[in-house]
Amino acid sequence: MANNYETVIIFTPVLNDEEVKKQISKYTDLIKENDGAMVHETHWGLKPMAYPIAKKTTGIYHIMEYSAPGDFIDKMELLFRRDENVIRFLTTRLDKFSLDYNDRKKNGLIGRKKDKTEKKEENSETAKAEA
Amino acid sequence: MANKNIRFLAAPKIGTERKKYCRFKRSGIRYIDYKDPDFLAKFLNEQGKILPRRLTGNSLKYQRKVAQAIKRARHIALLPYVTDLFK
Repeated sequence: MANNYETVIIFTPVLNDEEVKKQISKYTDLIKENDGAMVHETHWGLKPMAYPIAKKTTGIYHIMEYSAPGDFIDKMELLFRRDENVIRFLTTRLDKFSLDYNDRKKNGLIGRKKDKTEKKEENSETAKAEA
Repeated sequence: MANKNIRFLAAPKIGTERKKYCRFKRSGIRYIDYKDPDFLAKFLNEQGKILPRRLTGNSLKYQRKVAQAIKRARHIALLPYVTDLFK
């Protein structure tokens, strides 16, 4: 039984771009090897953190959305704890509302939703008027 | 009889408290994203503490979800655990 999960990983800012890519691909491959399927990935990159973790004030954020069997999460989190490059991680299970939210976010429907819809309506109206 | 001569241009708003409402119920938000610190900041005070329901007007169901999202955001260092002069 596969569940949907979302994991936020924070890598140390010491890594360069190539090393970060290598680290990310290590975990994405791990998911695929363990009967998981990647749904979506977001790379936020270097971001200042609200408080220092491990004497670092910035971190490289990466978000993975995937479906995987439940016992896989334990395995992956063990690897996170052993990995010196990962300074923080958070895994959450996605329910139907969060899945719906993520879908809409991917399609750019979230974030100043009202403005956009209003603008779209205005645009369509002007387009109609012009036509 | 002097009272009769006092007239207001607009009705005075004294004593008319606006009723609080749950913004999630009203606008149909079902999921609160823990990765959006700007939105969650609406439910925090200057020290970064979670505001009580009696101030925000959230329903119990969504107050729980807000609290959960804020705690998650704190864990991944999007929001501070303790600060001064937040915002």
